[in-house]
Amino acid sequence: MVVHRSLTRIFAAPLVIAVVSTVGLISALVGDGWWDAVSWAALGLPVLLYLVFIWRRRPN
Amino acid sequence: MTATTKSLRRWGAVHKWTSLICTLFMLLLCITGLPLIFHDEIDDLLHNQVKPAEAPAGTPPANLDHLLAHALAQAPGKVPHFLIWDRDEPGAMWVSVGPTIDADPTNNLLIRMDTHTGAYLDSPDVTGRFTYIMLKLHTDMFAGLPGKLFLGLMGILFCVAIISGIVVYAPSMRKLRFGAYRAQRTRAVRWLDVHNLAGILLVAWTLVVGFTGVINTWADLVLKMWQFGQLAEMTAQYKDRPVPSKLTSLNGAIEVARHAVPGMTPSFVAFPGTLFSSKSHYAVFLHGDTPLTSRLLKPALIDAEAGTLTDSRDMPWYVSTLYVSQPLHFGDYGGMPLKIVWALLDILTIFILVTGVHLWMRRRGTGVSQERAIANAASIDSPALMS
Repeated sequence: MVVHRSLTRIFAAPLVIAVVSTVGLISALVGDGWWDAVSWAALGLPVLLYLVFIWRRRPN
Repeated sequence: MTATTKSLRRWGAVHKWTSLICTLFMLLLCITGLPLIFHDEIDDLLHNQVKPAEAPAGTPPANLDHLLAHALAQAPGKVPHFLIWDRDEPGAMWVSVGPTIDADPTNNLLIRMDTHTGAYLDSPDVTGRFTYIMLKLHTDMFAGLPGKLFLGLMGILFCVAIISGIVVYAPSMRKLRFGAYRAQRTRAVRWLDVHNLAGILLVAWTLVVGFTGVINTWADLVLKMWQFGQLAEMTAQYKDRPVPSKLTSLNGAIEVARHAVPGMTPSFVAFPGTLFSSKSHYAVFLHGDTPLTSRLLKPALIDAEAGTLTDSRDMPWYVSTLYVSQPLHFGDYGGMPLKIVWALLDILTIFILVTGVHLWMRRRGTGVSQERAIANAASIDSPALMS
């Protein structure tokens, strides 16, 4: 039986990633040093997640 | 058909059409934008520049009147439009000269000068450079303002495509966990997963870079608005004065501006009669010293005959918006690691565009309409797509 996911479940992770990305976009504008590092990590997250999901190669 | 299905079909149609119209141009923008992220590094690699003289910390800058005179000696018959401090190379500055004061500054000759000795360095013709060609393709496709505004319109469609993409992501994921990539399935299924995954992961970044890009296409209009708005207000009392016959010291004008706006550093000076000033003023534009305030310019208008301060105001919100949107589009505000992340996100955006077009072509070929496919995600499993 196929379980239909609710909108909340579908959009929970994307929402978190969007918020993290937004923090990353703003952070490097605010300051240098650590602020830049936060930005690299936060905006690097979507790239990292993409690679993780593609390379995991687990059949659905 | 339920109301939800109907509405999803409509969103599907919006996603399909906005995407299809802008995709080709978005591909152009992503591909030309990729080298532009690293334009400084590419220019350094491809072109030799005369290096400024070694200057130990604390070396005072050259007198700018002398620097200007040396620059103009290299360009007989030309008049100065702008004096620009190099953001990335403090040892160098630029004098931008044109045939007449009202000539189009985009065709200006740029003369590079040594900040500390005031000596001439070089005046490279940047128009043949790889990065210049990429920049022109990226900003206006060599079509001037209409080209810019057209790309801006494509950018708006791109943003609508992203938002409608978020809506149609939901039915697509009803039976799948987040990040699902069905590696064992047909290419159509795998590419749909790549499209959905990269698309949803990059939503915030693509929206911000897309929309700030749109704002950048309005730069010329924003400048005109500022000229007829705040600049005209600040220089109203000079409206009927004749053009100054002899200009006061440039160096002195900049000193006056520095004192008028303490804590800020000059970024560029617009000479009287250029787009960025009145016919009676040096407009000295100063910037702050944090990543954000270094993008926000504040003009100090110096009477070019008397050498005194006329007025200095913060730029109106629409100009500040433009300035803040620039780093958010270029990705040049967080060092080399941020540029690399920017490039990776750009490449993933290319994946989204290519997989999107591919999915549309596949579905067209199978006769399953995009709207139906989106409204009823199960149709991706139809036998026609399993081949």
